[in-house]
Amino acid sequence: MSDQFGRQGAVATAAAGGDGGHLLEVRDLFVEFRTRDGVAKVINGVSYHLDAGETLAVLGESGSGKSVTAQAIMGILDMPPAVIPGGQILYRGTDLLKLPEEERRKVRGKQISMIFQDALSALNPVFPVGWQIGEMLRLREGLSRAQAKRRAIELMELVKIPAAKQRIGDYPHQFSGGMRQRVMIAMSLALDPAVLIADEPTTALDVTVQAQIMDLLGELRRDLDMAMILITHDLGVVADVADRIAVMYAGRIVEHADVHSLYEAPAHPYTKGLLESIPRLDHKGQRLTTIKGLPPNLMRIPSGCPFHPRCPYARQECVDVVPAVRSLGDGRTSACHLAQEVLDGRI
Amino acid sequence: MFRYLVRRLLQMVLAFFGTTLIVYALMFAGQGDPIQALAGERPVSEAQRAYLTEKFHLDQTGVGGFFYRYVDYVGNLLRGDLGDSLTGRKISDMLAQAWPVTVKLAIIGLLVAILVGVTAGIIAGLRRGGIFDNATLALTLLVLGIPTIVLAPLAQYFLGVKLPLFPPTAGSEPSIYALLLPGIVLGSLSLATALRLTRTSVAENLRSDYVRTAKAKGLPIRRIVSVHVLRNSLIPVITFLGVELGNLMSGAIITEGVFNIPGVGFNLFRGIKTEDGPLVVGLVSVLVVVYLVSNLVVDVLYAVLDPRIRYE
Amino acid sequence: MSELETVAAAEMSGGKADPAARPRSLAGDAWRDLRRNPIFWISLVLVLAVTAMAAFPGLFTSNDPHDCTLARQHAGPGGGAPFGYDFQGCDIYARSVFGARASLLVGAFSALVTGLIAITVGMLAGYFGRWIDAALSRVIDVVLGIPLLLAAIVMLKRISSDSPNVRIIAVIFVLSILGWTTAARVIRSSVISAKQQDYVAAARMLGAGNGRTMWRHILPNSLAPVIVVLTIALGSFIAAEATLSFLGIGLRAPTISWGIDIDAGRTHMRESAIPLVVPSTFLALTVLAFIMLGDAIRDAFDPKLR
Repeated sequence: MSDQFGRQGAVATAAAGGDGGHLLEVRDLFVEFRTRDGVAKVINGVSYHLDAGETLAVLGESGSGKSVTAQAIMGILDMPPAVIPGGQILYRGTDLLKLPEEERRKVRGKQISMIFQDALSALNPVFPVGWQIGEMLRLREGLSRAQAKRRAIELMELVKIPAAKQRIGDYPHQFSGGMRQRVMIAMSLALDPAVLIADEPTTALDVTVQAQIMDLLGELRRDLDMAMILITHDLGVVADVADRIAVMYAGRIVEHADVHSLYEAPAHPYTKGLLESIPRLDHKGQRLTTIKGLPPNLMRIPSGCPFHPRCPYARQECVDVVPAVRSLGDGRTSACHLAQEVLDGRI
Repeated sequence: MFRYLVRRLLQMVLAFFGTTLIVYALMFAGQGDPIQALAGERPVSEAQRAYLTEKFHLDQTGVGGFFYRYVDYVGNLLRGDLGDSLTGRKISDMLAQAWPVTVKLAIIGLLVAILVGVTAGIIAGLRRGGIFDNATLALTLLVLGIPTIVLAPLAQYFLGVKLPLFPPTAGSEPSIYALLLPGIVLGSLSLATALRLTRTSVAENLRSDYVRTAKAKGLPIRRIVSVHVLRNSLIPVITFLGVELGNLMSGAIITEGVFNIPGVGFNLFRGIKTEDGPLVVGLVSVLVVVYLVSNLVVDVLYAVLDPRIRYE
Repeated sequence: MSELETVAAAEMSGGKADPAARPRSLAGDAWRDLRRNPIFWISLVLVLAVTAMAAFPGLFTSNDPHDCTLARQHAGPGGGAPFGYDFQGCDIYARSVFGARASLLVGAFSALVTGLIAITVGMLAGYFGRWIDAALSRVIDVVLGIPLLLAAIVMLKRISSDSPNVRIIAVIFVLSILGWTTAARVIRSSVISAKQQDYVAAARMLGAGNGRTMWRHILPNSLAPVIVVLTIALGSFIAAEATLSFLGIGLRAPTISWGIDIDAGRTHMRESAIPLVVPSTFLALTVLAFIMLGDAIRDAFDPKLR
């Protein structure tokens, strides 16, 4: 079964599959957290896809469900309290949600791997980094200790950790933030995955280091021919790296477009608000606008369009009717009643 | 690591002098006849009075005299000379005889705590909120809430006298079997504490980010629990058990007294009951040192187990 | 006996993490949880019962606990003595009822004095930080490093007076000066976390002095953990008093203490176990009640631990 997704064979499967041949596709996914305080509807019908070799940016505020979607793809949500009442996650045409846990586990790291926001807490504090990288190789690939160590050094060199050979025995807390994230990346690449999910990989880092890590990720994605899902709340990070952007709000994809069209003309008031809140050199002297209000409480999502309480253009329709996802051509979609008006800049 | 050890060692030396000074001051400070304070209410013979005066340099007076006596006391303590008890026996001899028994008892108690407490704690931590978890929590609360002076005599009565599963008293050369019941009684507190500590620690580590990473690495759950979670969870548990070994050795006064186990605690118990001042001072001093040393050992152990401490 | 507090402190600090994650009133939530917890009600009833016993022993028995005649040695139940008589021919039940007073007095006052010392030290260390914190933390370390029972033995050996009042005060004094460290640590860490909260910074920016900030803003915030630790400590102080009296260096006759009676009952348990079992049960239930109460309150304030 683990060969089912072998990289060569997979291309054939994907090409032959009648599912449009996406490498990874999330279809109408729902996730809830059932806690003793109530049910939080975290993901409410998310769909997106990822093709081989491309980078999809998933953008949203904290609580928008972007990380939860990723964790659902990885199958690392804590269930309970999380429940997946509906949806599909297709990887090369196979629904991961229907796989038995043992098969699901083999997908992790080998087909789809993930890096996290805070590398210090994401790495086990009591094992040397080399051991943590090598552990995957030993357990998943059956490498010997010596082989695993050699390969771990190679991986650390691949992510440009200086003096990798000497640092292999060091513990996570002995590395700087940037170097720790590199260790995390090296670990995620150990089994040569086809998809890398980067969950806010630079949020915890200094600005200068952020750029280095983003460059490294872009470079690795190209050199290793992976597809990448970049989860971020920072529109500035996205522009140089991503091919397409999916904007999430309250557990829904509100807008989806390729990077250039989205930057040029957003088709959702939320995206528009996000773009206007980035400082821009060519708009010197103008006031920065911000989106008023707070993200919704997921236990009490507003009626109609969940964004309507914060939307400057909201009308009665937005309060009453949940906007459908409408297609705007060229693969662009927007879940807004006024999508066309916003896109055309008429409002 | 080296700096850490040196600092800990210095701290221990400081604590040693601090504690012995306090013990000594408590013993001899204040008014009244210090000899009578040592001997309590029993009559003191002239010979004993002369011995105590010389032994504790009671002829030296004032603050200077106090420190002179303190230095002398510490010097004797470090040399292993604990003087004689009021019964005329050398305290160091009594100690040499009693020590192995106390160590045996403490180890039995510790083993009970590890085998039952840590194992049950791990299970409870993994199945938090389940029946096993709630049952063990209630049971540990019960154990923690029952003082040793209740537990020891009742265990002795019900399991030794009424239902003779175990010998009710140990006698002068106790076998391991005779030490079993007292060992369980002694270890029950540590067992309950270890169980709760392990449970909290396991449950907390299960929720940590590195477990999420380990899952993302595609490791089997068994391995995540048995390697990643346990290795982290057991750090506080092991350090606790280390401190506990010191506690068990110095804290066996009641258990050894009740079960007539001829260990250090029993001698102290008898010393208190017979108001044998020098014996009490000598034994308490030694037990305090044991306690301090066990704390130091634990600090070292902690550094060995946790790289974050090791490479400060 | 200090182990209870170790656990309490460990679990306390483990759970104190992010109050921000809980939108509703913490105290309101805690009360809602407490109301539904049967352990809370059981322990509360026990605590109230033993308190009533300490205050008005006459409500529970009409016999005089000091009325002992060897003629009634180990006599069975009768004459208002539901559990019969002990070796000295005293009413076992009456003695156990009257024993509550000394235990609760010692427990409550030790907890009170402990609380005062702990709040003072913990607040100073946590609020001012720097060298004050460093110095006080060292003091805490040293006192914590002294085994409680051993030190209490040494200290109480000095008290040769048999006057009941002197001995009670001595026991309270000894337990308080040895037992405040755990509570002080809990207060220190909760003060440190409260100090970093925005509202405290705001209060200070608006010109509230140190004293006012500590009293009005930080202390109320640290109160819940302090109450938990002190409730549990009260239970362990009662256990400690009984242990010291058991050893013969705590309270002494004519004061009635469960510890003394347990020791006496133990000596003669082969003839009759009831004089051992009855005071043991009183003591165990009392200690348990306080510990369960503290535990229930902590759980309520800290639902993450459930």
